[in-house]
Amino acid sequence: MDGIHDLGGVQGFGKVPHRINSKSYKPVFHEDWEHLGYSLTVVGGGLLAAYATDELRHAIERMSARQYFSAPYFDRIIVGTATLLVEKGLITQEELDEALGSHFELAARSNNPGRPAPARANTAPFEIGDEVQVRDEHIEGHIRVPGYCRGKRGTVLHRTTVSWPFPDAIGHGQQDAAHQPTYHVEFSAKALWGEGAREGSVVVDLFEGYLTRVEAAQDSLAAQTDGT
Amino acid sequence: MKETSHDLLANTPSGRANALLKVMTERGYVPEGFIDTFTHTMEVEWDPANGARVVARAWTDPEFRELLLRDGTAACQQFGYTGMQGEYIVALENTPTLQNVIVCSLCSCTAWPVLGLPPEWYKSFEFRARLVREGADVLRELGEDLPDDVVVKVWDTTAESRYMVLPVRPAGTDDWSEEELAALITKDVLIGVARPRAVDLPRGTEGV
Repeated sequence: MDGIHDLGGVQGFGKVPHRINSKSYKPVFHEDWEHLGYSLTVVGGGLLAAYATDELRHAIERMSARQYFSAPYFDRIIVGTATLLVEKGLITQEELDEALGSHFELAARSNNPGRPAPARANTAPFEIGDEVQVRDEHIEGHIRVPGYCRGKRGTVLHRTTVSWPFPDAIGHGQQDAAHQPTYHVEFSAKALWGEGAREGSVVVDLFEGYLTRVEAAQDSLAAQTDGT
Repeated sequence: MKETSHDLLANTPSGRANALLKVMTERGYVPEGFIDTFTHTMEVEWDPANGARVVARAWTDPEFRELLLRDGTAACQQFGYTGMQGEYIVALENTPTLQNVIVCSLCSCTAWPVLGLPPEWYKSFEFRARLVREGADVLRELGEDLPDDVVVKVWDTTAESRYMVLPVRPAGTDDWSEEELAALITKDVLIGVARPRAVDLPRGTEGV
């Protein structure tokens, strides 16, 4: 989903509000309601098993852009949790409104059912050192590809030894989502931000279904060229 | 809208959180004592001192260092520092010319049991937007005196891997104990925005 939550590389932001080692992480919670964000979502997603963490991420992404940007972090967790509990039928909008004494604004409903993991483009998993390309796809539902690496080429540093449900499916409540490993893919700063970028790189942790092998893409291009 | 109570909640973050708590409690979804227990876990048990102990061990024990870099989950499991948001842990090895830094540009993903919950600035729109694009500049603005020959490698936490930075052991700490070394490793060092330096904490001053 090309929402405003996809902030990586967006320009115009000022300084990060911090000085190193200023110990501002204590206390962990700054206001007396903040602990409720994670506590209540662990009740909903964990104890009640009403939804997967991926669905919570997607629910927060579905907040209106204005609401998302004006809400503090733990408020977004509360709104996402409330949204999912209403959508799953465990609580109602009316109960929330009554408890609040005014309208409790929830995230917008998803207009998208999600998608299954794409069929594997390769006969074998990617290996360390492989050149891969992020599929150039625009997905309306939940996806764990930041826009800045879409279509870009990078190098595989690591393949996880564990597989997890494909976010684009489980993020929409599809409990039968196929499991895949993820890959740590390193992109040079110049590949992402142009030749003017300073030396450096960004590593993105990408599900297998988001990637294609560069070599395979070139082979198929060569085959097409041969055939004409 | 009907009036239901004399002490209506304000439509603020606090009001919304307490409204959701009220509804979930009235529905019987919240077990007695759960919120207090879980809050204690978040505030006390998940702490950057955990990650500091892991780094100090890796600095003093070559076999553990090798394990940490090969299988971070197994290494952290030896200390009991795995669990929620810390189920697949990967340690990132710094060198004198490479500085690894962690971010979650899409939300706030962090290795909770090892680093503690993410601080406000890590979840800020500024950090999420800027780090992937201008990492070295961001570190310098935060106050880290990063030499020009150090390359910044940013790790965007976009799936289930949860990262911790293994910093370079500062010079002049050869005969330091694990406990003394751990005191050099702050939350910001584990995230990667700061580098540990022995001068930050002259030996023997801890606890003074």
